[in-house]
Order: sequence, then structure tokens, then C-alpha cells
Amino acid sequence: MANEIPQVGKRVDDATGTETVGHEWDGIEELNTPLPRWWLWTFYATCVWALGYVILYPAIPLLDKGTEGALGWTSRGQLTEELAAEAAARAPVMEAVATTPLERLQEDAGLMQQAVAGGAAAFRVHCVQCHGANAAGSEGYPNLTDDEWLWGGDLAAIEYTLTNGIRHPGATQTRTSLMPAFGRDGILSGEQVNSVTNYVLSLTGEGSATAAGAELFANNCAVCHGADGGGLRQFGTPSLNDAVWLYGDSREAIRRQIFEPRHGVMPAWEERLDPATIRMLAAYVHSLGGGEDFVEAVELAAAEPNEQD
Amino acid sequence: MSEPLAGAIGGPFSQGKWSMEALTTRAGMWFAMLVLALMAAALAHDAAFAAQMVIVAIAIGVALWWTLMGSQVDRFGNWLRPAHDEGKYDDDPIRWGVIATMFWGIAGFAAGLFIALQLAFPVLNFEPYLNFGRVRPLHTSAVIFAFGGNALIATSFYVVQRTCRARLAFPGLARFVFWGYQLFIVLAATGYLLGVTQSKEYAEPEWYVDWWLTAVWVAYLVVFVATIIKRKEPHIYVANWFYLAFILTVAMLHIVNNLDMPVSLLGSRSYPVFGGVQGALVQWWYGHNAVGFFLTAGFLAMMYYFVPKQAERPIYSYRLSIVHFWSLIFLYIWAGPHHLHYTALPDWAQTLGMVFSIMLWMPSWGGMINGLLTLNGAWDKIRTDPIIRMMVWALAFYGMSTFEGPLLSIKAVNGMSHYTDWTIGHVHSGALGWNGMITFAAVYFLVPRLWGRERLYSLRMVNWHFWCATLGIVFYAASMWVAGILQGFMWREYGADGYLVNSFAETVSAMWPMYVARAFGGLLYIAGAVIMVYNIWQTIAGKLREEKPLTTASYNAEADRPLVAQPAE
Repeated sequence: MANEIPQVGKRVDDATGTETVGHEWDGIEELNTPLPRWWLWTFYATCVWALGYVILYPAIPLLDKGTEGALGWTSRGQLTEELAAEAAARAPVMEAVATTPLERLQEDAGLMQQAVAGGAAAFRVHCVQCHGANAAGSEGYPNLTDDEWLWGGDLAAIEYTLTNGIRHPGATQTRTSLMPAFGRDGILSGEQVNSVTNYVLSLTGEGSATAAGAELFANNCAVCHGADGGGLRQFGTPSLNDAVWLYGDSREAIRRQIFEPRHGVMPAWEERLDPATIRMLAAYVHSLGGGEDFVEAVELAAAEPNEQD
Repeated sequence: MSEPLAGAIGGPFSQGKWSMEALTTRAGMWFAMLVLALMAAALAHDAAFAAQMVIVAIAIGVALWWTLMGSQVDRFGNWLRPAHDEGKYDDDPIRWGVIATMFWGIAGFAAGLFIALQLAFPVLNFEPYLNFGRVRPLHTSAVIFAFGGNALIATSFYVVQRTCRARLAFPGLARFVFWGYQLFIVLAATGYLLGVTQSKEYAEPEWYVDWWLTAVWVAYLVVFVATIIKRKEPHIYVANWFYLAFILTVAMLHIVNNLDMPVSLLGSRSYPVFGGVQGALVQWWYGHNAVGFFLTAGFLAMMYYFVPKQAERPIYSYRLSIVHFWSLIFLYIWAGPHHLHYTALPDWAQTLGMVFSIMLWMPSWGGMINGLLTLNGAWDKIRTDPIIRMMVWALAFYGMSTFEGPLLSIKAVNGMSHYTDWTIGHVHSGALGWNGMITFAAVYFLVPRLWGRERLYSLRMVNWHFWCATLGIVFYAASMWVAGILQGFMWREYGADGYLVNSFAETVSAMWPMYVARAFGGLLYIAGAVIMVYNIWQTIAGKLREEKPLTTASYNAEADRPLVAQPAE
């Protein structure tokens, strides 16, 4: 039985009333059901649709290039159009932001609001990688939502920082400060670095300082960080007498920063962004909570180049 | 592994004994290869290549040991070297393949669960060997090529013998295919963890692993075609068309996409022949057809045998099987460019990729219709037979995925969905629902028959597996659909003032709950697979669970043998 070729042949299947084809493999037969009509017609419909699409859009490769399609559509053309439409829609605001003097920008609440919105969008694309989605920064990347500013927190100072960057290689107007590596370069001995570290910690009430530490600080640090350790904006030096620490607040972190400081770099955004977008970014950062008013608005334009002396 | 080689080339092996000369030659050959592999390890240009060559040397060492042990037949018993009987099917490589399928399945699912957890909890990235970048290809290769590939090879050897009523041709070569494929998997997997990759998705293994797989795959083709040629049936069954399309096309795809120049024959790096956008197009021609011919055509072949066997019903429509087979394989091969919408790929190629994908909808559904409507006259079995329920569910997911695929290929949809987790959801509704479920069903069908058991240890546990897997897929697919659509809309959301609303990091944190839900779905799916392993284990051990009976297909072991001109010896 097992080794005889089965004689099945065509038969009518009881359950479906359909005839079989007559083949049989390992007990499997096949019904001779016609193609389902809806299946066939849907298949034809997709083919007709495909044909129409191929006529309307770029589709057939020829010797030099493909056919262009009856609609003349290209993906690059579509992108250019969409970008142009976006730019046209934003043009009035961009124009107004770019031409309004900074000191007047804050007075125009409507325009300022639009500048902040545009700045927020640009911030999400260009700035969040370092400063974080909430602009709160992280170790080595300043928090932009507080009132602690290394280089100044009014609109003009922020715009200047954005435009020229910080320690950006090759940018002539970039903001630069360079703390010496007191330990690595042998300016202070290891023991002296420890002394200064203790003194710096004592400025915020941590531990106790020695007279030697105070003297070392006065001789080596006060010229940039100020006698009270409050920092000096013209040098971009951080204050040492508050709770904000760019590179960590532990004794080890502070000692390391005295021994061999790290120097963060921020790009000079004028190389990549237009002035209006930079101004909007300045408005956005200014709006985050720590923005300062102009001290003497009239003198600002003249004062800018001196910021980094 | 060595007896088969002898059998394949008509060597001196007979009645389980080696002649001394043959043994010496064979052992000497293995020994020479062992020395070569160790030299390659010693002279390697990079540590990863050295490690990979040590693995090759270990594999050759095992083969050498096996050859030497092969001279002592009584030590291993006859099951290692069964008498060559044309009146019986050659089922050893299929038994090994079923076990390998389950082993790699668990490994691949576990790797998937691990990387899903890594995405939700990045602290789980253990540098450098177990970071996401290295474990992710380990997961994809383990589930597609190790789990799916072993299932395809094992079932194809089973189905081609039954539907041709002929014993497997070239038994030695068939064993080389099995063991060679396992070596490919081990080399690929260890390579990923060591950082060896050519950075092509689903084609990550480097040149030497590619060359090895080519040799294995050609041997696979030879075994399969030769078995069809020696068939006793007048016609070739539809499942074998699909298997053949799968084997042939994967060979072509693999070779073309891996045309490259090794930097050194003793190093793990190579440079591809196709660069730039041409390279991208070749890669996605490969990648898409890996889906089309590996995960669709190959698994449809499984469906065409196991569904009518388990349902004990005729195939719904012979004509539909012809029309949908040819339209599927003709249209699928052109659809790859839809992976490159809105890229540097010329517009005309993008258009063709899209329209071919749309036309592919009905040819894909032909398989679903033919599978589902094969149940005409036996629909009650969905209620009573858990294996049939798995098959029907697999076909339902097949239908959903092959509708979703053309939908996602439409440029307007793709502009939103591309690069989002929708793609991941789409792939997994196909992979977990279709490929996974049909494989589980096939393995449940095979194990009692391959090991000569009365029935599975427990059909009730098949039911538990079904519900674990189904719930797992629901969590997985639903969370990824939500995540993907959320992500796509967050990326492109413009405020009324004309500016982007969200930063990238905000879209990432918005998806966190969905990532956790996805990992939970994966956990359920792997839990189902663990139940299956236990069930299979107990079945092979010959145990039967005391339980209220459920329906399953009948089996006549007497009829399950090749047709031979003379009665079997």
C-alpha cells in the first residue's frame, strides 16, 4: 500500500463542491477553484494605477537620464519649492528681527515673542546637543536658564557670544580666556594646588582655608577671578563663590580644574546661521529666565569689541 | 559530517566502516585545514580575524575528531551512520535542523529582548562587546538567518522528500549544508560582537564569512535540485517552486551584494565594489528581497505544505498558486528602491520601486487567500486544533504585513514613516506574526513525526504558547505603531509661526513608555517560545502530558516513505 503510486485523479471535493485538479503529493490535493474575481480585478487596478503613475512621474530609465513624467515633478524641485514657501512665510519676521536695533527689540512685545519662538526652534536644532533640550546644560556645558553668565547676559552680549563663539579656532573675534594649568605646568606645587583648592572651597563655606591658601589665591587667581572670587566678565572668568560649577563641585573636580583646566569651545555661529536667526537665538536664550537688561543701552555698540580684552 | 561527504562523492564508505586509506586521506585533509586555520590565526592582521580563525580551527578540529572516531562504529551506534536505505526518508539533518531552529530561536529572541531593554534603559549598553550597535545585528541575524534559515533548510529537506516521494539526494552534501550553515552562524555572530561588520543591514558578515556561506548555499541548491530531479511524482508541488525560488534568488542576492575586495586575505576588512548611491541601491535590492525571497517565498513554501497537511484539506486554488507565484517573484525583485525614497537615488528609480510595491499587494495576498481558504470545510479546526489556529494567525499577520508594506512604500506615507519605529513595528508584525508563528506550527507538526511519537507532549501547551505569542505581538506591534507615528509627526511638526516644535531628544523621551511596552511584548513572546522548548523537549523524551484531548492531524507512519521501484530492503 505504502509504496504504490496513489491513483487519485480528478474528483469533486465534498465540502466545497469544487473539482480537484487531479494531482496528489503526500496526500495533498489541489482544488480547481478559479481566481477570485475581486483579487484579479484589484490586481488589474493596481497595474493600471502603476501605469498612470509611471506616465505622470519620472519613471523610465533612458540612455542619459530617466523620463521626466507628464507633471514635470522632481523631488528636488518639490523640496526647493517647500523651502522657498517656508522662507517667504517667515521673511517679514526675519526682516524685522534683523533690522530692529537690539535695544528696541525688547520693547516690541509682538516681535520679541516671534523672535523667541524662532530662536526656540533653532535652539532645538543647533544647541540642544550640548546645552540640553531644556537648556540646563550639563558638566562642561553652561546652564542657560540661570542668571550666572560668564560673558554677560544682556541681549547684545549673548548675541556677540553666539556670533563669534568661544575659543572657536580661526574666528578672529571669538571670546577667549585661558586659565593656566597651574599644576601641570609647575606654576604651583601639588601641595600649593591643594591649598588653593581648600581656599576656593572655603569661599562657599566648604571646609576651612589656611592663610597660605589665601595668599596663593591673592597672588595667582584674584587678578582674573576677582579678590572675592566673584569672577570678572571682561575675562569670562567664572565666579567661585557661588554654587554654580561648570566642571563639577567636588573637591577632586575643583582641584583638577586648577591643576590642568579644561577649556570648552562653542562654535562661532555666524559661519552657519544668518544674523536674524542668531538674533532670535539670543532672544530665546535671554528669555529663559536669566536674561539681563542693558546697563547702558546707548554705549553698547561701542562696547562690544572691548568685551574680550 | 564525513560519512556524508563520502556518500556524496561515492567514496569508499560502506556498511559503517572506513577503509584505512580513506580514513588516512580524510583525516590528513582535515589536519591540513586545521594547520592552515591556525596559521591564519597566527598571522592575522587584526585580533578579530585571529579570533574568528581560532573558531574555524575548533570547527575543523571537531570534524577531524569525528573522522577519527568514525572508524569506531560501535562506539557511537548506528544512528550516526544509518544504512543508506532508499526506502526511507533521510530525516537526520531535519531532526538536527529542528533542534537548531529552537536553539537559535531562543538565542535570537533573547538578544532582541536585550536590545529592546537597552533602548528603554541605556545603562544596559555594556561597552564594547554588548553595546546596541553590536548586539542589534546579532539579533537580526539570529532570528532571520539562524532561526528562520534553519527552519527553512530543515522544512525544505522534509517537504521536498515527501512531495517528491524520494530520499534526499547527496546525503553527505546535505550534512555539509547543515553543519556548514551552523559554522556560518557562529562566525557571523561572534564577528559582530568582536566588531567585525561591513555595515550593510542584514548583510553584516565580512568577506570570508560571505565566501563560506556561498559555498554552503550552492551545496544546498545542489541537494535540493537533485532531490527534485530524482522525484517519483510526475509534477513538482507548489511548495517546491517557492523553496527553489527562495534558494536561487538568495544565492544571487548574496553574491551580488557581497562583491568586495578584501584588504588582506589575513584580515577581516574589505571594500565593496559598488559605492555611493549605487551601493545603497544594491544593498536595498538585496535587503528588500531578503524579505521577499527569504521571509516571504521561503515561508510560503512551508505554508503550502504544512497548512493542507494539518488541516487535511486540499489547497484552495491551483490556478491562484500559479498566478500568485509568478507575479510575486516577478514583481518583488523590483521593489527594493522604496527603501530609498527622498534620497540621492534618482527619482525614476524611486518611482519604479513604489509602483512595483503597489502591484505586489495582490500577488502577496494570493498566498494568504490560498492558505486561509484551504480551511474551507475545516474552519471548525480553528476552535479545536491549536496548531491550525497558529497557522491561521500566521496567515492573518502575513496579510496585514503585506498590505502595510505597499502602504508604506507610497512616497507620501513614507515621508512620514521612514526612519521611525513604524518600520520596526511593520517588520515585527511580519516576523513575529508570520515567520515566527508558521515556523512554530511547522515544528509542532514535525516533532512527533520525526521522533516517532504518538503526539506532542501537550497540545494544551501549544495553546498557551499561542496566547503568549499573540499578546506579545499585540504589545509589540501596537506600541511601535504608536511610537512610529508619534515620532514621525513630532519630527515634522511645525508651529503656527513656521518653526519646528520639537527637538530630537524630546521625540526620544516621548517614546519611552512605548519602548517599555515593546520590551514587555518581547518578554511575552519569548515566554511562549520557552513553553514550546519545554513541550518539544518532553515530546522528544517520549512523554505524554495527562490532559483533556484536543484535535490534531492524523499520521500514518507506514505511508510516510519514498516510492521505490522495488520494495524497501
